[in-house]
Amino acid sequence: MIPEIGQFALLIALSIAVIQALVPLAGASLGVQRWIALARPAALAQLLFVGLSYACLTWAFISHDFSVLYVAKNSNSALPLIYRISGVWGSHEGSLLLWALVLALWTGAVAVFTPNVPSAMRARVLAVLGLVSCGFLLFIIITSNPFERLFPAAAEGSDLNPLLQDIGLAIHPPMLYLGYVGFSVAFAFSIAALISGQVDSAWARWSRPWTNIAWLFLTLGIALGSWWAYYELGWGGWWFWDPVENASFMPWLVGIALMHSLAITEKRGTFKAWTALLAIFAFALSLLGTFLVRSGVLTSVHAFASDPGRGIFILGFLVLVVGGSLTLYAWRAPLLKSAAQTSLLSRDGALLLNNVFLTVATSAILLGTLYPIAIDAMGGKISVGPPYFNLMFVTLTAPLGVLMGIGMLIRWKSDSLGRLGSKLKIPALIVLVLALLLSLALPQWIWGAYLGIAMALWIAVTAGIAIYERFHNRALLSTLRSTPAGFYGMLLGHLGIGVFIIGVTLTSLYNQEKDLRMAPGDTYSVAGYEFTFHGVRDFNVDNYVATRGGFTVRSESGDFKVDLFPEKRTYPVQTMPMTEAAIDAGLARDLFIALGEPLDKEGAWAVRIYYKPFIRWIWLGAIIMAIGGLFGASDRRYRRLARSTSVDTEAAERAA
Amino acid sequence: MTPARKKRLGLILLMVIGVAVGVGLALKSLDQNIMFFFTPSEVISGKAPRNKLFRMGGMVVEGSVNRPGDGLTVKFDLTDNEQHITVQYAGILPDLFREGQGIIANGKLNESGEFVAEEVLAKHDENYMPPELAGMQSKQENTQ
Repeated sequence: MIPEIGQFALLIALSIAVIQALVPLAGASLGVQRWIALARPAALAQLLFVGLSYACLTWAFISHDFSVLYVAKNSNSALPLIYRISGVWGSHEGSLLLWALVLALWTGAVAVFTPNVPSAMRARVLAVLGLVSCGFLLFIIITSNPFERLFPAAAEGSDLNPLLQDIGLAIHPPMLYLGYVGFSVAFAFSIAALISGQVDSAWARWSRPWTNIAWLFLTLGIALGSWWAYYELGWGGWWFWDPVENASFMPWLVGIALMHSLAITEKRGTFKAWTALLAIFAFALSLLGTFLVRSGVLTSVHAFASDPGRGIFILGFLVLVVGGSLTLYAWRAPLLKSAAQTSLLSRDGALLLNNVFLTVATSAILLGTLYPIAIDAMGGKISVGPPYFNLMFVTLTAPLGVLMGIGMLIRWKSDSLGRLGSKLKIPALIVLVLALLLSLALPQWIWGAYLGIAMALWIAVTAGIAIYERFHNRALLSTLRSTPAGFYGMLLGHLGIGVFIIGVTLTSLYNQEKDLRMAPGDTYSVAGYEFTFHGVRDFNVDNYVATRGGFTVRSESGDFKVDLFPEKRTYPVQTMPMTEAAIDAGLARDLFIALGEPLDKEGAWAVRIYYKPFIRWIWLGAIIMAIGGLFGASDRRYRRLARSTSVDTEAAERAA
Repeated sequence: MTPARKKRLGLILLMVIGVAVGVGLALKSLDQNIMFFFTPSEVISGKAPRNKLFRMGGMVVEGSVNRPGDGLTVKFDLTDNEQHITVQYAGILPDLFREGQGIIANGKLNESGEFVAEEVLAKHDENYMPPELAGMQSKQENTQ
């Protein structure tokens, strides 16, 4: 009964979405207040029914209802409760329902938390979100019904994919979706502005906090996925340039570009058309990601749906959304002409350069991701390896590191080379010397390490100068109060990048890895640590059997000792082996041991030992960036009412 | 030209240069980093490049996995149901590497015609079939 309620709720949600898409849109162009007023209740009603449907599927999982095909395929009576809840998004149908739920949540949030947006504008935004929702609900109902019954009911479920039975991966998809789908809000604002022909830049201000929040969730989602791949896959890597990773990384990069170009558009009223286009791109790339993952065109852990019908539906939807938006853009963008004049040597110019580099880097990744698919369609089979992506990405984003430091100190509108030069000369020198000293302290000299450290220091030092310029010669308390939260958000975002650069540079250049054969009693030395293997034992745990290896790690100086227990797990229902690495984590280095396979009767195993310096800084950087995003979104001026706009702009200009 | 136009022209030039450099770099490094995929039959017929990395996919032949010596090196045969090639690999095999399973290996051919793998990929799903091999499988089913 409950699964039927879930399915019915989905149908009701679809009909509400149709109303939410059409009526307010018509109302806003014809000026019918009643139709405009319908947007908000419709959005909330849609949230209610999608939520109800989602709750029904969750209930089917919790109560082990194996008469539902999707539950029978992805759950098991021995599965712990937490993985029964997260199992809802463990496969194709349920993860789409989660997508729809997240969209409904964002829509509901827009309906409630936009007191400063005029009602006609809000109605248009909600209508656009309603249109997107129609597409996804139709997709679920037509091609991927999660409530399909299985008759006769299965006696036992075939279990959740063991890879997904992990807390990191349980929360990875919701985070990622909150980010992906969150870009639909910036998209909707941009489309609504294009439809209305509203030429001021108020919509940029309205979309800023939403874009920040979507981006911060995407950051956390990607970081979680990377962290999970590191400790769960047993390869010790944190990024593989897998097409699916790229699919989430491209909207992330365009999201950064969008946040910066929204800043110019809001503060200076320029680049409006470009900003509107970026918002469309960010969401289009999110949809493209969904298409790549869900259509089965990719070879990937993530690609669990290989039904061509589904692929065609999403492709059609993608073409419709992107094609429609771009047509609207081509028609309306001339209205978004910018009045103000800008000098290239200004913060505006620096932000523009940031956008150029980010979009080119995104295009390079897009090329590398789609190229094999295009060749495949023509009958060839190739793959593009990580060297391509590493080379392209590092080359195209390295200038951004330098630019970031200048961008924090340069003035809006126009600046002079002389002023900047005299301000940056000494800090640049300090950075170069300090980086030299730090890199000389490393085990061996590598130019890449020097450049990476110099770049991170450069960002930190210029951020320090930005703080100094704001606070010196002023009353501390009143400056603290008058400094917008966005300033701290900017600092944290950039410092997060600096921390991330340190992590990536040192991990990639100084990591040591060793695959070797170890018999019980063997000791092997890596990077000043002695790893001793004591053999393996078997254990029975909940729904799997674990073969656990015992290791003792000592530092050669003798002041450090830790026991580590990597596991090889077998899940009987899916008869799938899994590697569970053992990691001794630290801020300066991780020690990582994974078991390979047994090699002989005497108990020797293939063992993988890694020494990973500063790898935690990669995720630490991501967390700092996300906190920066939160600060940016919480800026007071986004919460003020529309009428104080002019005063506010002045204040912002003074502050900048 | 008015100063405003000049500025705009400057901006456009900057973007064009940026994009051109980006595209040039991309094509060059794509060219160097593309790995082609071959089946064992294609490799034996001499289609695969010498001294360049490529990918080879197929099923691991039942009973062919052995470890010469006492180290990590493992050897196994990879087949597309027509021809087979011996693969050698020194490292840890992925969790789902099994006899009879479809896998993909990246590597080069050595002097004696064996494939020296730098990386062996098997996907994390019991029923996984690399898309490159899916055609092979249906061919096999047709003949049965």
